[in-house]
Amino acid sequence: MTWQWFHRLGSPRWFYEKSGNWLPWLTAVTALLLVVGSIWGLAFAPADAKQGNSYRIIYIHMPTAVVSLAGYYVMAISGAVGLIWRMKLAYMMMKSAAIVGAMLTFLALFTGAVWGKPTWGTWWVWDARTAFMVLMLFLYLGVIALQEAYQSHDTATKASAILALVGTVNIPIIYKSVDWWYTLHQPATIKFTSESTIHPSMLYPLLTMIAGVYCLYTVALILYTRAEVLQREKRTKWVQQLVTGAGEAR
Amino acid sequence: MHPIRKQRLMFVIFIVCFSSLAVGLMAYALRENINLFYPPSKIVSGEAPVDTLIRAGGCVLPGSVERAGDSLAVSFLVTDGAAQLQVQYEGILPDLFAEGEAAVVHGRLDGDGVFQASQVLAKHDETYTPSEVADTVQNTNEHQAVCEGLDYGT
Repeated sequence: MTWQWFHRLGSPRWFYEKSGNWLPWLTAVTALLLVVGSIWGLAFAPADAKQGNSYRIIYIHMPTAVVSLAGYYVMAISGAVGLIWRMKLAYMMMKSAAIVGAMLTFLALFTGAVWGKPTWGTWWVWDARTAFMVLMLFLYLGVIALQEAYQSHDTATKASAILALVGTVNIPIIYKSVDWWYTLHQPATIKFTSESTIHPSMLYPLLTMIAGVYCLYTVALILYTRAEVLQREKRTKWVQQLVTGAGEAR
Repeated sequence: MHPIRKQRLMFVIFIVCFSSLAVGLMAYALRENINLFYPPSKIVSGEAPVDTLIRAGGCVLPGSVERAGDSLAVSFLVTDGAAQLQVQYEGILPDLFAEGEAAVVHGRLDGDGVFQASQVLAKHDETYTPSEVADTVQNTNEHQAVCEGLDYGT
């Protein structure tokens, strides 16, 4: 009985209606954070003593990398909820999280390579951090691909949820790789246990960008999930009413 | 919770634990191979293969960089505080290569224990400082986290 609220939470229709109310606000906050963060970081933050202006790519690289790692847990937990409670909405969210996560991971890898050329002297090095990050990109792509690999939609989502769960072990490895092994990638700049090794004038725009990309992730996740809800529920009455315009009378 | 859901929850926990264990054992078996480079002390003690393409990494010993007058040849010492490795390289160094900073070199160790590098990469540390702030701490090495506190010996 106590789990009833949880099942109501998993109703695609409930999600579609609620998220429609949240989206404008969330989009506004996202745009504000990203515009303020990027102008602050790219134009007003001081240049780095050693790297000059090329360090500014951190304002895109780090937020996308952080959120792509966190997004993996969103995908895996959605998959687990789907497996345990057979909740359709959780599976839809897992699929959306895979798409958004793959894009962010690609962006983090790409900006990292662009930064590596002037800083390290090479576009790419197969050290532990970069290699496990590529592995995560393939896990995301694998989850997307598995969805399409089966005739039965039910089997496909179950298989991709299991793949997503297996991949979770990769996330702490990526996070700790720079401490466990000798890598070219530097260790974490923002530390939770001691003082961060970045000057506050550079840190605050970075934190703004991280918050902005988290919001952007949420907006993208909601948008993809809404599209998926309409796609999967297209035979239901409420979606048909919504699409044909009859829903406007609500 | 419904018994069937509890069973499925156990299944999920099992997947996560089992895959973590498998990957953990794999990483343990491969632990040396995942390292990108050898520290100088391992090369000097003979743990690194001779005349095989390997990478070495450490801090460039201040005052050890010698450039040839008529070519791009450069020679320097890298150290991890315990041992020093002589590196020879001919080519363009990355902009961020500097004495007292970390570098990773790719190449072969010759029979004399000299590292013949074909590529030199600068390893940037995790600190970011505006130049005005860096000027005031210039001689204290406070901004060099990777090579910070390293005893360069005598």
